[in-house]
Amino acid sequence: MTLSEGTGLKAPAQPGPEPALPGGRKRPWAGESGESVTRNLVLVGVLAALIVIGAITQPELYGNSTWVWTNVLSILQLASVVGVVTVGMTFVIIGGGIDLSVGAIVALAGVWSTTLATQSYGAAGMIFTAIVVGVAVGLVNGVLISYGRLVPFIATLAMLVAARGLAAAISGKQTQISSNTFINGIASTKILGIPVLVYILGAVAVAGWILLNRTTFGRRTVAVGGNPEAARLAGINVKRHTMFLYGLSGLCCGIAAVMLTSQATSAQAAMGNLYELDAIAAAIIGGTLLSGGRGTIVGSILGVLIFATITNLFAINGLSTEAQNMVKGGIIVAAVLVQQFRFKSVTQFFARNRITSST
Amino acid sequence: MSKINSDLSRRRLLFGGAAVGAGALLTACTSNEAAPTTAQTKAADTSGGGNAAPGTKVTIGFSAPAADHGWIAAITNNAKAQAATFSDVEFKSVEAGADAAAQRAALSTLIAQKPTVIVLLPHDGKELNSFGLEAMAAGIPVVNLDRAFPDARAYRTQIMGDNYGMGVAAADYIIAQMKAKGVGSPIIGEIAGMDELELTQTRSKGFTETLAAAGFKVANRRAARFTVDSGQQEASQLLQALPRMDALWNHDDDQGVGVLAAINQASRKEFIMVGGAGSKQAIETIQADNTVLKATVTYSPSMASSAISLARLIGQKKGLADLVELQVPKEIVLASETITKENASSYIQLGF
Repeated sequence: MTLSEGTGLKAPAQPGPEPALPGGRKRPWAGESGESVTRNLVLVGVLAALIVIGAITQPELYGNSTWVWTNVLSILQLASVVGVVTVGMTFVIIGGGIDLSVGAIVALAGVWSTTLATQSYGAAGMIFTAIVVGVAVGLVNGVLISYGRLVPFIATLAMLVAARGLAAAISGKQTQISSNTFINGIASTKILGIPVLVYILGAVAVAGWILLNRTTFGRRTVAVGGNPEAARLAGINVKRHTMFLYGLSGLCCGIAAVMLTSQATSAQAAMGNLYELDAIAAAIIGGTLLSGGRGTIVGSILGVLIFATITNLFAINGLSTEAQNMVKGGIIVAAVLVQQFRFKSVTQFFARNRITSST
Repeated sequence: MSKINSDLSRRRLLFGGAAVGAGALLTACTSNEAAPTTAQTKAADTSGGGNAAPGTKVTIGFSAPAADHGWIAAITNNAKAQAATFSDVEFKSVEAGADAAAQRAALSTLIAQKPTVIVLLPHDGKELNSFGLEAMAAGIPVVNLDRAFPDARAYRTQIMGDNYGMGVAAADYIIAQMKAKGVGSPIIGEIAGMDELELTQTRSKGFTETLAAAGFKVANRRAARFTVDSGQQEASQLLQALPRMDALWNHDDDQGVGVLAAINQASRKEFIMVGGAGSKQAIETIQADNTVLKATVTYSPSMASSAISLARLIGQKKGLADLVELQVPKEIVLASETITKENASSYIQLGF
């Protein structure tokens, strides 16, 4: 708490009292990033705490260093698919929307890419299909939301139902086994001792980070989510940008579909169940503001890792899934409470600061 | 402004064109050419006359939950295919939708069509008990498929799989294998199906109780969701929790595809695995004998075919030919059989 106030204190002091009215409301960049760094440090602390709990409860497993290494890899693999989905979700949420259809898109892209007709085109055909289907469905969401003026919640909820329905229709409600050795090999291949899935997650996360923090697209996303009207007046094509955000989420779902198909060596209409909730929850505890305009890729990835570590922790201790779900729910609530608390302290600080600067 | 607009609309047109093109290309990719898995039916044996000979016309109304995985899909396919083998059966199927409430709504439209008999796989036996009572009171016999009604007046006949027996069969096989290998206190893992379903609890109960009788216990149990990806996920964590394992029981062969994938990805092979349900894929894997999957205990969707045959007999007021009684029995519980490499060839045509 003191840390964040400390960085907050410094930030508005530097630009001086003059830009306090336009800049003070949106908070300067230095303060913003400083706050998110603190928040991410807290998340890293939570991760460390979870690992310590694991080490205390299962000392004989944690005593074996090769086991610890494979366990870290297994957590990362567990996080990989949801992680990729969460990167796309983070963009959508920062842009002021929500995408409830991600799990359904993953299932549809997975099923579509594993039909026998698609499989006959080989691995490249399957990957192409999954990604095109993902992007196309995402863009349909985007068009409905930005040009059809549907509320994101409704549009993507409709897509959730429809995409799973289409997936079930295509698969004939059967599990489609992937017989493509390249696709199946993605999940079992390791390069330099690290599974390929983890590299994919890393690549998507880095690409997402660059896109959000180092490109105009990223800046526009924050602007659109923070205040769409101001963004429009500033010359941003808000509608088209919003559409692209859903397309981006769809792209991530397409990549995730290939990864999940590879992990399960098959696809079915019921796969990716409730991924939308996992992704939203991870983004939220990673500090993404549900109303848009704020969020970090690093925070979201840490959120995913925390959930994966909890799953792993409960598994190695042989505890039930019910208890695990309750703990997950508790963590989401706790994360939001902590964020509100921080937020209040920050706004209080600004209120105080304005009083002192006016006198 | 207008210039920008026209520029945009052209681009939009291009985009649209590209999307339609990609769509056309992709729709070609939705076909699943392979022959659908052959349904498990018993062709009417008309040579000897008796029950198989065409009799009074029977209209069978059928309802099962919307299939989201292989087993339920096989149930519906089997029922349809079995009904088609009888010349005197008219088959009316209603999709039951996603939950018990939707199924109740679908069933009320079915009652209005006045079928002779209703064959029903309820979402949940307890929740649809009242429907059974209502239909029976309206004079339509109800054949309950697999998910028991608590009220005996709610059904004419009940045919179901043996969930407890499945656990027992899986445990018996594991116990025999462990004794043969001379493992005194084996480490046994379990990957269950959806934990909120009563049938999952019953299966686990049969498994743990049988193991306990032999002095064994389950070291770790994870619950998946009958889907392949959840099976893979839970298995990967179970393998992590048990660095060494002797035996593993997975409740459902459909999710077993994912379990086997996880085992393969972790390159583990020091244990034996037993499946559940008896899918074609699993039986073929057992036959090939190149994975840890050594056996599966059946919970066969062929019961849907049998339910249709029973419903026809009930509609025609006939009994089972091999039994003395003149009417179809009130309750039939299928035995859970163990499929191993030795007998796989005779079960392969029953795989779904």
